[in-house]
Amino acid sequence: MIALLLRDLRLAVRAGGGFGLGLAFFLIVTVLVPLGVGPQTALLARIAPGVLWIGALLACLLSLDRIFALDREDGSLDLLATAPLPMEGIAFVKALAHWITTGLPLVAAAPLLGVLLNLPTPGYLWLLVSLALGTPALSVIGTFGAALTVGLKRGGLLLSLLVLPLYVPTLIFGAEAARRGAEGMDVQTPLLMLAGISAGAVALLPFASAAVLRINLR
Amino acid sequence: MSIWEYANPVKFIRTTDLVLPWIAAAAVICLVGGLCWGFFFTPDDYRQGSTVKIFYIHVPAAMMAINAWAMMLIASLIWIVRRHHVSALAARAAAPVGATFTVIALATGALWGQPMWGTWWAWDPRLTSFLVLFLFYLGYMALWSAIENDDTAADLTSILCLVGSVFAILSRYAVLFWNQGLHQGASLSMDAEENVADVFWYPTLMCIAGFVLLFVALVFLRTQTEIRARRARALLTRERLT
Repeated sequence: MIALLLRDLRLAVRAGGGFGLGLAFFLIVTVLVPLGVGPQTALLARIAPGVLWIGALLACLLSLDRIFALDREDGSLDLLATAPLPMEGIAFVKALAHWITTGLPLVAAAPLLGVLLNLPTPGYLWLLVSLALGTPALSVIGTFGAALTVGLKRGGLLLSLLVLPLYVPTLIFGAEAARRGAEGMDVQTPLLMLAGISAGAVALLPFASAAVLRINLR
Repeated sequence: MSIWEYANPVKFIRTTDLVLPWIAAAAVICLVGGLCWGFFFTPDDYRQGSTVKIFYIHVPAAMMAINAWAMMLIASLIWIVRRHHVSALAARAAAPVGATFTVIALATGALWGQPMWGTWWAWDPRLTSFLVLFLFYLGYMALWSAIENDDTAADLTSILCLVGSVFAILSRYAVLFWNQGLHQGASLSMDAEENVADVFWYPTLMCIAGFVLLFVALVFLRTQTEIRARRARALLTRERLT
């Protein structure tokens, strides 16, 4: 499992440029929002947590089809399937690699982009915490979607149609926690719900992804 | 005699052929009767005027939109556990019907909301979760139509249906939480069944029965079509081979 994780990480960093792509997309979305809604700092400060969450979510979505597509093309996914590692483990490691290469950089970059959107000072901590708790769920759900569409030629658009409704609860609780944090309100309830969704998704969805992968590879 | 006998497509088609006209006729009678009763023979509400009558369509459509998903969930489970093709095809057949009911519920709700709330759309928890449900239907149907191999498509969509159900329920509660955080939603929601008087209740009941029967008839018909289309394809393939 560790070897597979290291391989995926190396591939993401060295080949294809998938590593920086999500971050660049996140940056561009954050720059485009003030251009679209106008530069009033009060308005930006109010919508900043939500915009950053949506930006992170879309950046996550952008890199999803890379999770399995490349491995499927060069046949290494079939090799992995016949390896002694159980399919559930493969799905989990793939999600973990996606989170490390996409989710973690997004979490780290979010406070910097918060400056651009004039995020209120108390909001930074809770934005970080909510993203750190929520992005694992985004990665695991996305891996499930990627596993569903791995056999399709034009899976990209379908992938977003399948995955975005599944992202709804995560987005609601995550953005709510960040917003409450920014306004200095109590953040415990949404944070707990967000952590619950993440923990549940990480625990259960690899099984669904593995089942779907087995169907797609047969 | 057990229900699994109907997993045999021939038996399923034979039986549904027998009952389909009766169910369809009953659906028409219930719908026409219930809607006429509701539209012409019930008094106007003293505050909402005649707009209240849209509930004879709105409430049953909304109920069936959720029940159709539940039926798809059960059919998907049967397909995963027992591999009966009719079950997978029934789930496939139910999806567009359920999606249409969702659209009907949303559209009639908007028509009613415009004069009553003064807006076509509000981000009320109920409305929002219905919109999310509609998105789930769209994704489900898109996945069905995207995959060429029938068995693979049935497997993948049934797993999507299971996972989607969990997330649909999660979304429902998340949306409730989200809106309470923004403003009170109680002024926007009206629980029809608790507030409604008997005069309105009986025609509503008849319309609900009509919608249930309509759903059953449509699902039977569409499942039959799917089975026959698949048989035609199999015959064509056999022709080409020999």
